[in-house]
Amino acid sequence: MIGRYRPVFLRWTLVSAAFIGVWQGIVTLSGTPPYILPPPWLVAVTWVANSAILFDHFLVTLTEIVLGLVLGAMLGIASAVLIGQFRSARRWLLPVLVASQAIPVFALAPVLVLWLGYGMMSKVAMATLIIFFPVSAAFLDGLRRTERGWLDLAHTMTELPGNASTSWGARRRWSVLVHVQIPGASPALASGLRVATAIAPIGAIVGEWVGSSAGLGYLMLHANARMQVDLMFAALVTLAVFSVLLWFAVDAALRRAIPWQSDSFNHPEGRPT
Amino acid sequence: MSTSTSSALEPIPSGRAAQNVAFSVRLKAARFTYAANVLFERLDFELQGGMLTCLLGPSGVGKSTLLRMLAGLTLDCTAHDIQCSDGKPLGGRVAYMDQRDLLLPWLSVLENVTLGARLRGEPRDRERAQSLLLRVGLAGQENEPPASLSGGMRQRVALARTLMEDRPVVLMDEPFSALDALTRFKLQNLAAELLRGRTVLLVTHDPIEALRLGERIHVMSGQPAEIDEALCPWGTTPRDPATLHRQPLHAELMRRLGLDRAHDR
Repeated sequence: MIGRYRPVFLRWTLVSAAFIGVWQGIVTLSGTPPYILPPPWLVAVTWVANSAILFDHFLVTLTEIVLGLVLGAMLGIASAVLIGQFRSARRWLLPVLVASQAIPVFALAPVLVLWLGYGMMSKVAMATLIIFFPVSAAFLDGLRRTERGWLDLAHTMTELPGNASTSWGARRRWSVLVHVQIPGASPALASGLRVATAIAPIGAIVGEWVGSSAGLGYLMLHANARMQVDLMFAALVTLAVFSVLLWFAVDAALRRAIPWQSDSFNHPEGRPT
Repeated sequence: MSTSTSSALEPIPSGRAAQNVAFSVRLKAARFTYAANVLFERLDFELQGGMLTCLLGPSGVGKSTLLRMLAGLTLDCTAHDIQCSDGKPLGGRVAYMDQRDLLLPWLSVLENVTLGARLRGEPRDRERAQSLLLRVGLAGQENEPPASLSGGMRQRVALARTLMEDRPVVLMDEPFSALDALTRFKLQNLAAELLRGRTVLLVTHDPIEALRLGERIHVMSGQPAEIDEALCPWGTTPRDPATLHRQPLHAELMRRLGLDRAHDR
Protein backbone atom coordinates (compact mmCIF):
# COMPACT_ATOMS: atom_id res chain seq x y z
CA MET A 1 0.00 0.00 0.00
CA ILE A 2 2.72 2.45 0.98
CA GLY A 3 4.57 1.67 -2.22
CA ARG A 4 1.56 2.88 -4.20
CA TYR A 5 1.52 6.23 -2.44
CA ARG A 6 5.24 6.91 -2.47
CA PRO A 7 5.29 8.41 -5.98
CA VAL A 8 2.39 10.66 -4.97
CA PHE A 9 4.35 11.99 -2.00
CA LEU A 10 7.43 12.41 -4.16
CA ARG A 11 5.40 14.32 -6.73
CA TRP A 12 3.88 16.61 -4.14
CA THR A 13 7.27 17.26 -2.60
CA LEU A 14 8.70 18.13 -6.02
CA VAL A 15 5.79 20.42 -6.93
CA SER A 16 6.02 22.18 -3.57
CA ALA A 17 9.80 22.50 -3.87
CA ALA A 18 9.50 23.97 -7.37
CA PHE A 19 6.84 26.43 -6.20
CA ILE A 20 8.96 27.53 -3.24
CA GLY A 21 12.02 27.79 -5.49
CA VAL A 22 10.24 30.11 -7.95
CA TRP A 23 8.86 32.14 -5.07
CA GLN A 24 12.33 32.53 -3.52
CA GLY A 25 13.78 33.34 -6.94
CA ILE A 26 11.33 36.20 -7.49
CA VAL A 27 12.07 37.63 -4.04
CA THR A 28 15.84 37.40 -4.55
CA LEU A 29 15.94 38.69 -8.12
CA SER A 30 13.49 41.55 -7.73
CA GLY A 31 14.71 42.58 -4.28
CA THR A 32 11.11 43.01 -3.09
CA PRO A 33 11.03 43.97 0.60
CA PRO A 34 9.53 41.31 2.92
CA TYR A 35 6.54 43.53 3.84
CA ILE A 36 5.44 43.35 0.16
CA LEU A 37 6.40 39.75 -0.67
CA PRO A 38 7.89 37.76 2.21
CA PRO A 39 10.37 35.02 1.29
CA PRO A 40 9.28 31.40 1.88
CA TRP A 41 11.51 30.81 4.90
CA LEU A 42 10.05 33.87 6.67
CA VAL A 43 6.54 32.54 6.04
CA ALA A 44 7.65 29.16 7.39
CA VAL A 45 9.13 30.75 10.52
CA THR A 46 5.99 32.85 11.02
CA TRP A 47 3.81 29.77 10.45
CA VAL A 48 5.65 27.86 13.20
CA ALA A 49 5.69 30.83 15.56
CA ASN A 50 1.97 31.46 15.09
CA SER A 51 0.82 27.87 14.68
CA ALA A 52 -1.48 28.05 17.71
CA ILE A 53 -3.27 31.15 16.41
CA LEU A 54 -3.40 29.74 12.88
CA PHE A 55 -4.87 26.50 14.18
CA ASP A 56 -7.61 28.26 16.13
CA HIS A 57 -8.65 30.31 13.13
CA PHE A 58 -8.30 27.31 10.84
CA LEU A 59 -10.76 25.37 13.01
CA VAL A 60 -13.33 28.13 12.59
CA THR A 61 -12.94 28.17 8.78
CA LEU A 62 -12.92 24.38 8.66
CA THR A 63 -16.22 24.24 10.55
CA GLU A 64 -17.76 26.81 8.22
CA ILE A 65 -16.62 24.92 5.12
CA VAL A 66 -17.74 21.52 6.36
CA LEU A 67 -21.12 22.80 7.57
CA GLY A 68 -21.55 24.68 4.28
CA LEU A 69 -20.70 21.56 2.32
CA VAL A 70 -23.13 19.38 4.27
CA LEU A 71 -25.99 21.91 4.13
CA GLY A 72 -25.28 22.88 0.52
CA ALA A 73 -25.16 19.27 -0.60
CA MET A 74 -28.39 18.45 1.23
CA LEU A 75 -30.16 21.48 -0.21
CA GLY A 76 -28.77 20.75 -3.68
CA ILE A 77 -29.88 17.13 -3.58
CA ALA A 78 -33.33 18.05 -2.26
CA SER A 79 -33.92 20.75 -4.87
CA ALA A 80 -32.73 18.49 -7.70
CA VAL A 81 -35.12 15.73 -6.60
CA LEU A 82 -38.01 18.20 -6.27
CA ILE A 83 -37.32 19.77 -9.67
CA GLY A 84 -36.88 16.35 -11.22
CA GLN A 85 -40.11 14.97 -9.78
CA PHE A 86 -42.62 17.81 -9.96
CA ARG A 87 -43.38 19.97 -12.94
CA SER A 88 -44.55 22.78 -10.66
CA ALA A 89 -41.24 22.68 -8.80
CA ARG A 90 -39.45 22.94 -12.13
CA ARG A 91 -41.49 26.03 -13.00
CA TRP A 92 -41.09 27.81 -9.67
CA LEU A 93 -37.82 26.58 -8.23
CA LEU A 94 -35.57 26.55 -11.30
CA PRO A 95 -35.66 30.35 -11.84
CA VAL A 96 -34.91 30.86 -8.14
CA LEU A 97 -32.01 28.46 -8.43
CA VAL A 98 -30.52 30.26 -11.41
CA ALA A 99 -31.13 33.70 -9.89
CA SER A 100 -29.30 32.64 -6.73
CA GLN A 101 -26.20 32.19 -8.86
CA ALA A 102 -26.65 35.34 -10.94
CA ILE A 103 -26.21 37.49 -7.84
CA PRO A 104 -22.51 37.58 -6.91
CA VAL A 105 -21.79 36.22 -3.45
CA PHE A 106 -19.60 39.26 -2.87
CA ALA A 107 -22.65 41.50 -3.26
CA LEU A 108 -24.74 39.34 -1.00
CA ALA A 109 -22.11 38.92 1.73
CA PRO A 110 -22.67 42.23 3.53
CA VAL A 111 -26.42 41.61 3.68
CA LEU A 112 -25.96 38.12 5.02
CA VAL A 113 -23.58 39.43 7.70
CA LEU A 114 -26.15 42.10 8.55
CA TRP A 115 -28.93 39.51 8.87
CA LEU A 116 -27.07 36.59 10.41
CA GLY A 117 -24.41 38.45 12.36
CA TYR A 118 -20.64 38.42 12.60
CA GLY A 119 -20.61 34.85 13.80
CA MET A 120 -20.38 31.57 11.98
CA MET A 121 -23.93 31.47 10.59
CA SER A 122 -23.41 34.12 7.91
CA LYS A 123 -20.32 32.28 6.60
CA VAL A 124 -22.06 28.93 6.60
CA ALA A 125 -24.95 30.53 4.70
CA MET A 126 -22.50 31.96 2.16
CA ALA A 127 -20.74 28.63 1.65
CA THR A 128 -24.09 26.85 1.38
CA LEU A 129 -25.26 29.31 -1.24
CA ILE A 130 -22.16 28.81 -3.36
CA ILE A 131 -22.13 25.03 -2.96
CA PHE A 132 -25.72 24.05 -3.57
CA PHE A 133 -25.89 25.14 -7.20
CA PRO A 134 -23.22 22.85 -8.72
CA VAL A 135 -24.59 19.97 -6.63
CA SER A 136 -28.16 20.63 -7.70
CA ALA A 137 -27.35 21.21 -11.39
CA ALA A 138 -25.18 18.10 -11.71
CA PHE A 139 -27.61 15.85 -9.83
CA LEU A 140 -30.60 17.13 -11.80
CA ASP A 141 -28.72 16.39 -15.00
CA GLY A 142 -28.04 12.86 -13.78
CA LEU A 143 -31.67 12.29 -12.78
CA ARG A 144 -32.81 13.54 -16.16
CA ARG A 145 -30.54 11.11 -18.01
CA THR A 146 -31.68 7.89 -16.30
CA GLU A 147 -31.27 4.97 -18.70
CA ARG A 148 -34.68 4.62 -20.38
CA GLY A 149 -34.42 0.84 -20.45
CA TRP A 150 -34.16 0.80 -16.64
CA LEU A 151 -37.32 2.86 -16.43
CA ASP A 152 -39.12 0.55 -18.90
CA LEU A 153 -38.13 -2.41 -16.76
CA ALA A 154 -39.13 -0.68 -13.53
CA HIS A 155 -42.44 0.34 -15.10
CA THR A 156 -43.47 -3.22 -15.98
CA MET A 157 -42.19 -4.53 -12.64
CA THR A 158 -44.14 -2.00 -10.56
CA GLU A 159 -47.41 -2.33 -12.45
CA LEU A 160 -49.71 -4.45 -10.33
CA PRO A 161 -52.47 -6.66 -11.68
CA GLY A 162 -56.08 -5.59 -11.38
CA ASN A 163 -57.14 -2.42 -9.67
CA ALA A 164 -54.28 -1.88 -7.27
CA SER A 165 -54.84 0.48 -4.36
CA THR A 166 -54.79 4.13 -5.36
CA SER A 167 -51.95 4.90 -2.98
CA TRP A 168 -49.67 2.61 -4.99
CA GLY A 169 -49.23 5.24 -7.73
CA ALA A 170 -47.29 7.61 -5.48
CA ARG A 171 -45.40 4.85 -3.69
CA ARG A 172 -44.44 3.32 -7.04
CA ARG A 173 -42.96 6.59 -8.21
CA TRP A 174 -41.04 6.97 -4.98
CA SER A 175 -39.78 3.41 -5.22
CA VAL A 176 -38.45 3.85 -8.76
CA LEU A 177 -36.86 7.14 -7.71
CA VAL A 178 -35.11 5.60 -4.70
CA HIS A 179 -34.08 2.28 -6.24
CA VAL A 180 -33.32 3.27 -9.85
CA GLN A 181 -33.10 6.98 -10.58
CA ILE A 182 -31.15 8.23 -7.56
CA PRO A 183 -28.50 5.47 -7.59
CA GLY A 184 -28.27 5.83 -11.36
CA ALA A 185 -27.63 9.56 -11.01
CA SER A 186 -25.07 9.18 -8.23
CA PRO A 187 -22.01 9.48 -10.54
CA ALA A 188 -23.39 12.83 -11.73
CA LEU A 189 -24.01 13.85 -8.12
CA ALA A 190 -20.40 12.93 -7.34
CA SER A 191 -19.21 15.30 -10.10
CA GLY A 192 -21.26 18.10 -8.55
CA LEU A 193 -19.88 17.35 -5.09
CA ARG A 194 -16.30 17.49 -6.42
CA VAL A 195 -16.88 20.94 -7.91
CA ALA A 196 -18.62 22.02 -4.70
CA THR A 197 -15.68 20.87 -2.58
CA ALA A 198 -13.24 22.83 -4.70
CA ILE A 199 -15.18 26.09 -4.42
CA ALA A 200 -16.46 25.65 -0.85
CA PRO A 201 -13.62 27.70 0.75
CA ILE A 202 -14.54 30.73 -1.38
CA GLY A 203 -17.88 31.17 0.38
CA ALA A 204 -16.39 30.92 3.84
CA ILE A 205 -13.43 33.23 3.14
CA VAL A 206 -15.53 35.89 1.42
CA GLY A 207 -17.86 35.88 4.37
CA GLU A 208 -14.97 36.29 6.78
CA TRP A 209 -13.58 39.19 4.77
CA VAL A 210 -16.81 41.12 4.89
CA GLY A 211 -17.25 40.88 8.60
CA SER A 212 -16.07 38.43 11.22
CA SER A 213 -14.06 38.02 14.38
CA ALA A 214 -12.45 34.67 13.61
CA GLY A 215 -11.32 32.41 10.78
CA LEU A 216 -8.45 32.33 8.30
CA GLY A 217 -10.09 35.04 6.16
CA TYR A 218 -10.37 37.29 9.20
CA LEU A 219 -6.74 36.54 10.09
CA MET A 220 -5.60 37.41 6.54
CA LEU A 221 -7.47 40.72 6.53
CA HIS A 222 -6.24 41.55 10.04
CA ALA A 223 -2.62 40.69 9.20
CA ASN A 224 -2.78 42.63 5.95
CA ALA A 225 -3.99 45.75 7.74
CA ARG A 226 -1.11 45.51 10.19
CA MET A 227 1.46 44.97 7.44
CA GLN A 228 2.06 41.41 8.71
CA VAL A 229 2.21 40.07 5.18
CA ASP A 230 4.17 37.00 6.34
CA LEU A 231 1.29 36.01 8.63
CA MET A 232 -1.17 36.59 5.79
CA PHE A 233 0.85 34.25 3.61
CA ALA A 234 1.01 31.68 6.39
CA ALA A 235 -2.81 31.73 6.55
CA LEU A 236 -3.04 31.49 2.77
CA VAL A 237 -0.71 28.47 2.67
CA THR A 238 -2.75 26.80 5.41
CA LEU A 239 -5.94 27.33 3.42
CA ALA A 240 -4.41 26.10 0.16
CA VAL A 241 -2.97 22.93 1.67
CA PHE A 242 -6.22 22.19 3.47
CA SER A 243 -8.28 22.72 0.28
CA VAL A 244 -6.13 20.29 -1.67
CA LEU A 245 -6.35 17.66 1.09
CA LEU A 246 -10.11 18.12 1.41
CA TRP A 247 -10.63 17.69 -2.34
CA PHE A 248 -8.60 14.50 -2.51
CA ALA A 249 -10.35 13.11 0.57
CA VAL A 250 -13.79 13.81 -0.92
CA ASP A 251 -12.72 12.39 -4.29
CA ALA A 252 -11.46 9.19 -2.66
CA ALA A 253 -14.64 8.85 -0.57
CA LEU A 254 -16.83 9.30 -3.65
CA ARG A 255 -14.88 6.70 -5.59
CA ARG A 256 -15.27 4.29 -2.72
CA ALA A 257 -19.00 5.01 -2.47
CA ILE A 258 -19.59 4.40 -6.20
CA PRO A 259 -17.27 1.51 -7.06
CA TRP A 260 -19.42 0.46 -10.03
CA GLN A 261 -18.93 3.71 -11.90
CA SER A 262 -16.92 3.04 -15.05
CA ASP A 263 -13.66 4.94 -15.20
CA SER A 264 -12.17 5.26 -18.67
CA PHE A 265 -8.87 6.35 -17.10
CA ASN A 266 -8.49 2.66 -16.27
CA HIS A 267 -8.80 1.75 -19.93
CA PRO A 268 -5.75 1.62 -22.22
CA GLU A 269 -7.53 3.79 -24.78
CA GLY A 270 -8.87 6.32 -22.31
CA ARG A 271 -5.80 6.47 -20.08
CA PRO A 272 -4.31 9.95 -20.10
CA THR A 273 -0.92 9.99 -21.83
CA MET B 1 -24.67 -29.63 -26.00
CA SER B 2 -26.84 -27.20 -24.11
CA THR B 3 -26.30 -25.68 -20.72
CA SER B 4 -29.73 -26.78 -19.65
CA THR B 5 -29.17 -30.53 -19.89
CA SER B 6 -27.19 -30.63 -16.67
CA SER B 7 -29.98 -28.94 -14.77
CA ALA B 8 -32.89 -30.68 -16.54
CA LEU B 9 -33.57 -32.79 -13.45
CA GLU B 10 -34.17 -29.78 -11.26
CA PRO B 11 -37.82 -28.88 -10.83
CA ILE B 12 -38.73 -25.65 -12.60
CA PRO B 13 -39.06 -23.06 -9.86
CA SER B 14 -42.57 -21.78 -10.21
CA GLY B 15 -44.84 -19.42 -8.38
CA ARG B 16 -48.37 -18.17 -8.75
CA ALA B 17 -48.46 -17.66 -12.53
CA ALA B 18 -47.62 -21.26 -13.37
CA GLN B 19 -50.78 -22.40 -11.67
CA ASN B 20 -52.90 -19.91 -13.56
CA VAL B 21 -54.57 -21.04 -16.73
CA ALA B 22 -52.78 -19.39 -19.64
CA PHE B 23 -54.89 -16.76 -21.38
CA SER B 24 -54.71 -15.28 -24.86
CA VAL B 25 -53.97 -11.63 -25.48
CA ARG B 26 -55.55 -9.68 -28.32
CA LEU B 27 -54.22 -6.36 -29.51
CA LYS B 28 -56.92 -4.61 -31.55
CA ALA B 29 -56.94 -1.57 -33.81
CA ALA B 30 -53.36 -0.67 -32.98
CA ARG B 31 -52.17 2.54 -34.53
CA PHE B 32 -48.75 4.16 -34.52
CA THR B 33 -47.60 7.26 -36.34
CA TYR B 34 -44.12 8.70 -36.27
CA ALA B 35 -43.32 12.11 -37.76
CA ALA B 36 -46.32 12.06 -40.13
CA ASN B 37 -45.54 8.47 -41.20
CA VAL B 38 -48.22 5.94 -40.42
CA LEU B 39 -46.24 2.85 -39.43
CA PHE B 40 -49.41 0.89 -38.87
CA GLU B 41 -53.09 1.40 -38.21
CA ARG B 42 -56.08 -0.86 -37.62
CA LEU B 43 -53.59 -3.61 -36.87
CA ASP B 44 -54.84 -6.72 -35.06
CA PHE B 45 -52.57 -9.24 -33.39
CA GLU B 46 -53.15 -12.17 -31.10
CA LEU B 47 -50.93 -14.04 -28.67
CA GLN B 48 -52.31 -17.55 -28.12
CA GLY B 49 -52.39 -18.55 -24.47
CA GLY B 50 -49.50 -20.72 -23.32
CA MET B 51 -47.69 -20.48 -26.62
CA LEU B 52 -44.48 -18.88 -27.77
CA THR B 53 -45.26 -16.51 -30.63
CA CYS B 54 -42.43 -15.14 -32.74
CA LEU B 55 -42.78 -11.85 -34.60
CA LEU B 56 -40.39 -11.39 -37.51
CA GLY B 57 -39.97 -8.50 -39.89
CA PRO B 58 -37.56 -5.95 -41.29
CA SER B 59 -36.11 -3.41 -38.88
CA GLY B 60 -38.12 -0.23 -38.50
CA VAL B 61 -41.41 -1.92 -39.36
CA GLY B 62 -42.78 -1.39 -35.83
CA LYS B 63 -42.24 -4.78 -34.16
CA SER B 64 -40.73 -3.28 -31.03
CA THR B 65 -43.47 -0.64 -30.85
CA LEU B 66 -46.08 -3.40 -30.96
CA LEU B 67 -44.31 -5.18 -28.10
CA ARG B 68 -44.06 -1.95 -26.13
CA MET B 69 -47.80 -1.42 -26.58
CA LEU B 70 -48.43 -4.79 -24.95
CA ALA B 71 -45.96 -3.91 -22.18
CA GLY B 72 -47.78 -0.63 -21.52
CA LEU B 73 -44.70 1.39 -22.41
CA THR B 74 -46.00 3.55 -25.27
CA LEU B 75 -46.98 7.18 -25.08
CA ASP B 76 -49.26 9.59 -26.87
CA CYS B 77 -48.62 8.85 -30.56
CA THR B 78 -50.29 5.45 -30.31
CA ALA B 79 -53.76 4.06 -29.95
CA HIS B 80 -54.75 0.52 -29.22
CA ASP B 81 -57.07 -1.75 -27.36
CA ILE B 82 -55.87 -4.82 -25.47
CA GLN B 83 -58.18 -7.65 -24.45
CA CYS B 84 -57.33 -10.78 -22.52
CA SER B 85 -59.37 -13.95 -22.95
CA ASP B 86 -59.96 -14.16 -19.20
CA GLY B 87 -61.57 -10.72 -19.26
CA LYS B 88 -59.07 -9.12 -16.88
CA PRO B 89 -56.73 -6.28 -17.85
CA LEU B 90 -53.23 -7.17 -19.04
CA GLY B 91 -51.50 -4.52 -16.92
CA GLY B 92 -49.36 -5.99 -14.17
CA ARG B 93 -49.29 -9.46 -15.69
CA VAL B 94 -46.38 -8.86 -18.05
CA ALA B 95 -42.65 -9.46 -17.72
CA TYR B 96 -40.37 -7.56 -20.09
CA MET B 97 -36.94 -8.50 -21.43
CA ASP B 98 -34.87 -6.28 -23.68
CA GLN B 99 -32.03 -6.85 -26.12
CA ARG B 100 -29.79 -5.14 -23.57
CA ASP B 101 -29.51 -6.87 -20.20
CA LEU B 102 -30.44 -3.65 -18.31
CA LEU B 103 -28.76 -4.91 -15.15
CA LEU B 104 -28.34 -2.23 -12.51
CA PRO B 105 -24.56 -1.91 -12.07
CA TRP B 106 -24.75 -1.04 -8.36
CA LEU B 107 -26.65 -4.21 -7.43
CA SER B 108 -25.26 -7.73 -7.20
CA VAL B 109 -26.43 -10.52 -9.51
CA LEU B 110 -28.88 -11.80 -6.90
CA GLU B 111 -30.18 -8.30 -6.14
CA ASN B 112 -30.72 -7.75 -9.86
CA VAL B 113 -32.71 -10.96 -10.14
CA THR B 114 -34.92 -9.89 -7.24
CA LEU B 115 -35.26 -6.29 -8.44
CA GLY B 116 -39.02 -6.59 -8.95
CA ALA B 117 -39.68 -7.47 -5.31
CA ARG B 118 -37.38 -4.67 -4.20
CA LEU B 119 -39.30 -2.13 -6.31
CA ARG B 120 -42.67 -3.38 -5.09
CA GLY B 121 -41.53 -3.45 -1.47
CA GLU B 122 -42.21 -7.17 -1.22
CA PRO B 123 -40.04 -9.66 0.66
CA ARG B 124 -37.42 -11.16 -1.62
CA ASP B 125 -37.65 -14.86 -2.35
CA ARG B 126 -33.96 -15.64 -2.12
CA GLU B 127 -34.38 -19.36 -2.57
CA ARG B 128 -36.34 -19.05 -5.79
CA ALA B 129 -33.83 -16.54 -7.14
CA GLN B 130 -31.00 -18.90 -6.32
CA SER B 131 -32.69 -21.87 -7.95
CA LEU B 132 -33.31 -19.75 -11.07
CA LEU B 133 -29.66 -18.71 -11.13
CA LEU B 134 -28.78 -22.39 -10.86
CA ARG B 135 -31.01 -23.12 -13.83
CA VAL B 136 -29.34 -20.48 -15.99
CA GLY B 137 -25.94 -21.82 -14.95
CA LEU B 138 -24.88 -18.99 -12.68
CA ALA B 139 -24.84 -20.68 -9.28
CA GLY B 140 -22.08 -19.25 -7.13
CA GLN B 141 -22.16 -15.86 -8.88
CA GLU B 142 -24.92 -14.42 -6.66
CA ASN B 143 -22.80 -11.74 -5.07
CA GLU B 144 -20.83 -10.71 -8.12
CA PRO B 145 -21.35 -7.23 -9.60
CA PRO B 146 -22.74 -7.33 -13.17
CA ALA B 147 -19.57 -5.65 -14.47
CA SER B 148 -17.58 -8.83 -13.72
CA LEU B 149 -19.79 -10.97 -16.01
CA SER B 150 -19.53 -11.63 -19.74
CA GLY B 151 -22.26 -10.50 -22.14
CA GLY B 152 -23.78 -13.98 -22.27
CA MET B 153 -23.76 -14.33 -18.50
CA ARG B 154 -25.36 -10.92 -18.10
CA GLN B 155 -28.16 -11.86 -20.48
CA ARG B 156 -28.67 -15.08 -18.53
CA VAL B 157 -29.08 -12.98 -15.37
CA ALA B 158 -31.64 -10.92 -17.30
CA LEU B 159 -33.48 -14.12 -18.24
CA ALA B 160 -33.49 -15.22 -14.59
CA ARG B 161 -34.81 -11.79 -13.59
CA THR B 162 -37.58 -12.07 -16.21
CA LEU B 163 -38.61 -15.51 -14.92
CA MET B 164 -38.34 -14.31 -11.31
CA GLU B 165 -41.20 -11.95 -12.07
CA ASP B 166 -43.36 -15.03 -12.60
CA ARG B 167 -45.83 -13.23 -14.81
CA PRO B 168 -48.09 -15.22 -17.16
CA VAL B 169 -47.13 -13.13 -20.20
CA VAL B 170 -43.50 -12.63 -21.19
CA LEU B 171 -42.54 -10.04 -23.81
CA MET B 172 -39.03 -10.33 -25.25
CA ASP B 173 -37.58 -7.76 -27.63
CA GLU B 174 -34.72 -9.42 -29.56
CA PRO B 175 -33.41 -10.84 -26.31
CA PHE B 176 -30.51 -12.81 -27.80
CA SER B 177 -29.54 -10.71 -30.80
CA ALA B 178 -26.53 -9.08 -29.15
CA LEU B 179 -24.91 -12.44 -28.31
CA ASP B 180 -22.42 -14.59 -30.19
CA ALA B 181 -23.80 -17.61 -32.07
CA LEU B 182 -22.92 -20.27 -29.50
CA THR B 183 -24.13 -18.28 -26.49
CA ARG B 184 -27.31 -17.44 -28.40
CA PHE B 185 -27.90 -21.13 -29.15
CA LYS B 186 -27.52 -22.09 -25.50
CA LEU B 187 -29.76 -19.30 -24.29
CA GLN B 188 -32.44 -20.21 -26.83
CA ASN B 189 -32.50 -23.75 -25.42
CA LEU B 190 -32.72 -22.41 -21.91
CA ALA B 191 -35.48 -19.95 -22.78
CA ALA B 192 -37.55 -22.56 -24.63
CA GLU B 193 -37.40 -24.84 -21.63
CA LEU B 194 -38.00 -22.25 -18.93
CA LEU B 195 -40.74 -20.34 -20.73
CA ARG B 196 -42.82 -23.40 -21.61
CA GLY B 197 -46.45 -22.93 -20.67
CA ARG B 198 -46.33 -19.17 -20.57
CA THR B 199 -47.76 -16.82 -23.17
CA VAL B 200 -44.67 -15.43 -24.83
CA LEU B 201 -44.05 -12.85 -27.54
CA LEU B 202 -40.54 -13.02 -28.97
CA VAL B 203 -39.67 -10.23 -31.37
CA THR B 204 -36.69 -11.20 -33.51
CA HIS B 205 -35.04 -10.45 -36.83
CA ASP B 206 -33.58 -13.96 -37.08
CA PRO B 207 -35.73 -16.51 -39.02
CA ILE B 208 -33.61 -19.38 -37.64
CA GLU B 209 -34.37 -18.27 -34.09
CA ALA B 210 -38.06 -18.07 -34.95
CA LEU B 211 -38.02 -21.58 -36.44
CA ARG B 212 -36.14 -22.99 -33.44
CA LEU B 213 -38.34 -21.44 -30.75
CA GLY B 214 -41.63 -20.38 -32.31
CA GLU B 215 -44.83 -22.32 -31.85
CA ARG B 216 -46.50 -19.64 -33.93
CA ILE B 217 -44.55 -17.42 -36.30
CA HIS B 218 -45.84 -14.15 -37.73
CA VAL B 219 -44.21 -11.85 -40.26
CA MET B 220 -44.84 -8.12 -40.02
CA SER B 221 -44.11 -6.07 -43.14
CA GLY B 222 -45.12 -3.15 -45.33
CA GLN B 223 -46.12 0.40 -44.60
CA PRO B 224 -48.61 0.72 -43.10
CA ALA B 225 -47.48 -2.61 -41.69
CA GLU B 226 -49.59 -5.72 -41.71
CA ILE B 227 -49.18 -9.03 -39.93
CA ASP B 228 -49.88 -12.24 -41.82
CA GLU B 229 -51.44 -15.49 -40.65
CA ALA B 230 -49.36 -17.55 -38.23
CA LEU B 231 -47.06 -20.31 -39.44
CA CYS B 232 -46.98 -23.20 -37.00
CA PRO B 233 -43.85 -25.37 -37.37
CA TRP B 234 -43.74 -29.03 -36.32
CA GLY B 235 -42.20 -30.55 -33.28
CA THR B 236 -41.37 -29.43 -29.81
CA THR B 237 -39.08 -26.50 -29.15
CA PRO B 238 -36.16 -25.92 -29.08
CA ARG B 239 -35.89 -27.53 -32.50
CA ASP B 240 -32.63 -28.94 -33.81
CA PRO B 241 -31.08 -26.36 -36.15
CA ALA B 242 -29.86 -29.16 -38.45
CA THR B 243 -33.46 -30.12 -39.33
CA LEU B 244 -34.93 -26.64 -39.70
CA HIS B 245 -34.58 -26.53 -43.47
CA ARG B 246 -36.69 -29.71 -43.70
CA GLN B 247 -39.59 -27.91 -42.07
CA PRO B 248 -42.25 -27.51 -44.75
CA LEU B 249 -42.71 -23.98 -43.50
CA HIS B 250 -39.09 -23.03 -43.93
CA ALA B 251 -39.47 -22.10 -47.60
CA GLU B 252 -42.75 -20.33 -46.93
CA LEU B 253 -41.21 -18.25 -44.12
CA MET B 254 -38.26 -17.30 -46.31
CA ARG B 255 -40.70 -16.31 -49.05
CA ARG B 256 -42.71 -14.12 -46.68
CA LEU B 257 -39.54 -12.43 -45.49
CA GLY B 258 -38.44 -11.88 -49.10
CA LEU B 259 -35.30 -13.91 -48.47
CA ASP B 260 -36.01 -16.35 -51.35
CA ARG B 261 -35.27 -13.57 -53.82
CA ALA B 262 -32.21 -12.27 -52.03
CA HIS B 263 -29.76 -13.87 -54.46
CA ASP B 264 -31.45 -12.21 -57.45
CA ARG B 265 -30.44 -8.75 -56.38
